[in-house]
Amino acid sequence: MSHIREDFREILRLVRPGSRVLDVGCGEGALLDLLAHEKQIDGRGLEISAEGVAACMARGLSVVQGDADQDLDHFPDRSFDYAVLSQTLQATRNPRHVLDELLRIADRAIVSFPNFGHWRVRWSLLSRGRMPETKALPMPWWSTPNIHLCTLADFIALAADLNLRVDASAAFAGKGPARPMNPTGALENWRAETCLFMLSRNGAAPIGELPSVSDDLFAG
Amino acid sequence: MAALDLVTSAGGGTWRFPANAPLRLDSGGVIEGLEVAYQTYGQLNADKSNAVLICHALTMDQYVASPHPVTGKPGWWPRLVGPGKPLDPARHFIICSNVIGGCMGSTGPASINPATGKAYGLSFPVITIADMVRAQAMLVSALGVETLFAVVGGSMGGMQVQQWAVDYPERMFSAVVLASASRHSAQNIAFHEVGRQAIMADPDWRGGAYADHGVRPEKGLAVARMAAHITYLSEPALQRKFGRELQRDGLSWGFDADFQVESYLRHQGSSFVDRFDANSYLYITRAMDYFDIAASHGGVLAKAFTRARHVRFCVLSFSSDWLYPTAENRHLVRALTAAGARAAFAEIESDKGHDAFLLDEPVMDAALAGFLSSAERDRGLT
Repeated sequence: MSHIREDFREILRLVRPGSRVLDVGCGEGALLDLLAHEKQIDGRGLEISAEGVAACMARGLSVVQGDADQDLDHFPDRSFDYAVLSQTLQATRNPRHVLDELLRIADRAIVSFPNFGHWRVRWSLLSRGRMPETKALPMPWWSTPNIHLCTLADFIALAADLNLRVDASAAFAGKGPARPMNPTGALENWRAETCLFMLSRNGAAPIGELPSVSDDLFAG
Repeated sequence: MAALDLVTSAGGGTWRFPANAPLRLDSGGVIEGLEVAYQTYGQLNADKSNAVLICHALTMDQYVASPHPVTGKPGWWPRLVGPGKPLDPARHFIICSNVIGGCMGSTGPASINPATGKAYGLSFPVITIADMVRAQAMLVSALGVETLFAVVGGSMGGMQVQQWAVDYPERMFSAVVLASASRHSAQNIAFHEVGRQAIMADPDWRGGAYADHGVRPEKGLAVARMAAHITYLSEPALQRKFGRELQRDGLSWGFDADFQVESYLRHQGSSFVDRFDANSYLYITRAMDYFDIAASHGGVLAKAFTRARHVRFCVLSFSSDWLYPTAENRHLVRALTAAGARAAFAEIESDKGHDAFLLDEPVMDAALAGFLSSAERDRGLT
């Protein structure tokens, strides 16, 4: 199972067995399938393309065609343990509302996004004076779906504004494995190319002990 | 069901309601000795877990996968039902019954009223989609089936599937709703009213008692069909198929069918009257107009499905369907989601209009086949 995306591996680590998971922007259902097999979750998905939904149906997944901006509103309160939004927040029309909705319908949100504060992005803009095109942000400005890019520091500020608590955080670079990070650490806003957070509402029950990043769930 | 009265041939027959258990209708009426005509394909397995009910649309019937006795045409859903298809008689026990109020063997306005010895005509009680489903549920029990693996239907068939999920959720494992709606819109009702008025304006309709006079309101029924047929197609599909093409060189400077689209519609109308009863058309369109699941659940559609959380739903809409547009299907899906049911939904890109659910749409085929085969796996059928 070495072909598993590193962010999926991290999500797999965070999600508790037998929980209810909503994957927003689930594509062809690879993550839901993985979580169903490895963690026996009860999964649902939201996906924008009909072909993606058809592929999910063929896997036996309950996936609805729709998007984060318009369809989260129709889920009942706390109908999931986790809502996953992988590399999509920056492409939504109203990220603040989306984040708020994720934590209305689920007890915990797992959100990943490219960090616009990464040094390569800063250097690209500073040196070339052009919109950055990096490994994490490969498309030119006129075709990118990313309309609401943010830095790690921006995200943490928004989370604080929404009274959210960071339960776990990890950083990725390229295709390398996740490493734990301190989201308020001085250098992380430069170092983290892609960030992944697990969030909950302040005042919600704290999550129990998490396995450490070095645990390899696929060993053996 | 002790009083089983099956007048059955292999693969189909007519089931008569037992005298001590007549069908009670939403209108408050009762139909004594109601008969339901049905076809079956395949065999019920030992643990009775492979039964599928297919619910037909307005002008369809129970001949889903066998030749039509009047027209001789092959079954109406060959893409879904047949050897090697997602619903395969080799694996499934497939049931399809003519809706009550219909005209292909189930009791309807053209049937003889035992009390008078004459056709019911307008003395037939107004029926609803829920009445149709109640009759189906009785038939399914009579066939020895407690729980259906799937209930499947498009258009009005999809309305019946929804009604099943509301009234008999414990008797179904999965549900397929194609190109349907949870209520009729003003536009839906308006088009049906045009059709009904066309029938009732035909002098041969005779207040619905045309059978007593040995005539049939064929012209009115044909016009009703022509108007309805336009709603089954999209504007681009009509344009692609016919454009402004003429039947023959030059215009007639009169009111013959100059344009191919006119000739096509006239043919649709005239061939329809050979196989359909005008009063059945009135009653079934009325049942569709009255259909509004939310209305009986405090106006909140999601409340209708709270008992159906275990049912896995597949809902598909078609981008060019303006009869039951994506917005209506999405409305259903959102209600299912809010109820906590397991819903899968996709809008299939197609320019074929409402009828697309019966036509060649590879993405729909893949989605349906995938949905049904994974449901079979989870039901332990494969």
